[in-house]
Amino acid sequence: MQVKSMRDVLLGLLLAFFLAVPAYAAGEVPAGAGAAPWWVCPLILFVVTFVIGILAVLGGVGGGVLFVPIVSGFLPIHLDFVRAAGLFVALSGALAAGPGLLRANLASLRLALPIGLIASMCAILGAMIGLALPTRVVQICLGLTILGICGVMLAARKSEFPLVPQADRLSTMLQIYGLYREESTGRVVDWKIHRTTLGACLFVVIGIMAGMFGLGAGWANVPALNLVMGVPLKISVGTSKFLLSMTDTSAAWIYLNNGCVIPLMVVPSVVGVMFGSLVGVRILKVAKPAFIRWMVIGILAFAGLRAISKGLGF
Amino acid sequence: MTTMLTHTDLKENMPSGLQSQAKAVETDPIASLEPTPEALRYADVLEIGMRLGLLCLFMTFPFYIFGMMEPRIPVDQTFHCWTLSAAEYNREVGIDPGVGWLAMITYSDFLNFIGITILASVTALCCLAVIPLMLKRHDMLYAVLALLQVLVLVLAASGVCAVGH
Repeated sequence: MQVKSMRDVLLGLLLAFFLAVPAYAAGEVPAGAGAAPWWVCPLILFVVTFVIGILAVLGGVGGGVLFVPIVSGFLPIHLDFVRAAGLFVALSGALAAGPGLLRANLASLRLALPIGLIASMCAILGAMIGLALPTRVVQICLGLTILGICGVMLAARKSEFPLVPQADRLSTMLQIYGLYREESTGRVVDWKIHRTTLGACLFVVIGIMAGMFGLGAGWANVPALNLVMGVPLKISVGTSKFLLSMTDTSAAWIYLNNGCVIPLMVVPSVVGVMFGSLVGVRILKVAKPAFIRWMVIGILAFAGLRAISKGLGF
Repeated sequence: MTTMLTHTDLKENMPSGLQSQAKAVETDPIASLEPTPEALRYADVLEIGMRLGLLCLFMTFPFYIFGMMEPRIPVDQTFHCWTLSAAEYNREVGIDPGVGWLAMITYSDFLNFIGITILASVTALCCLAVIPLMLKRHDMLYAVLALLQVLVLVLAASGVCAVGH
């Protein structure tokens, strides 16, 4: 009974979301035309980000990766402001989760520091590229990236305890290893990593994309850490979330210093995603992960295509 | 190879030749089930900064949104201009981007930047806070990495990397 009612609430929210947002985008609630009072857009933004917060938790993705394509694709707000707000949405989530992850030993500071340094330097570069390029080009690249993320989500196979025959020289020098207790089985997992150089190269690309599109980067961090570097899945997820606080901070400063941060947009978005995440955690207990995952991939694909069509001027 | 060991395995089934190695693991804060002192300090600073930043953000926003203080850019003007690019928006509302917002902190819209700035600064503070612990453990490599991370964030915050369409 409770499962059914929760599912009904979720479907109701999604229905409202898919009815309200295209209606807004079609100009039925015009922004900047003087017809709607100023508070309509922040309110719609709050509702949209609230639903995004729920979906992000249920779909196992960061808020930023849903926020940027959906808000830039369907709300009449310029991509510059959406990317900046997207970074603050991702950053707030990462900052809020960071202390708990570090104390639970699920995020490795020794793993995050060198990678975070590379990613944050590249995120600065990415933000500068993103702000220098024409908006249409960025919008098309964003759409293609989002479709690529859908591909990654469909293709990536996660490995709970990847096989690492031997730690490589770089990770040995950096002393990147650790222990953690797998609470579900009570076992102690002894982990080390390999292919550190290849992983570092991937984080160059991840950092640039995070800064350029304001997406956060959890979607790319986890496969890079888990599948390439051989970090156990739980440590990958925890370190990825923590890593966002480093990557997104540097890019956020670039957007802040270029006048892309509007409190009227950032605050409702941060609050909406936070409240949505709280509700999402409750729904997660009764939701079907496979269904939600397919739904999130579908929404992302739709938003990606919308970004491409918007970039092409359709 | 990633291995899974229980406590019993670790304590009882350890070959005698590995006793000294096990002792080294016990004294190695990295190979421990507990977080390192650096991770704990990082977490403490992060938690304080995150709470302070979000608190400031939530406390200052009502001053702006409910018109309790005068904004530099009226709310409805912001709403009407956010379809423009950031560069066009700043020209339209007469704002000099960069650290210029500091001079406008007395306006309710720019008051919100206190919370935003705290959230964007907390990572640098965390990295600064762990450097002394790393130096104490003679972990020079990570102390340098943490310092470099601070420098990168300071560079980003300085406004040197300003661009425009």
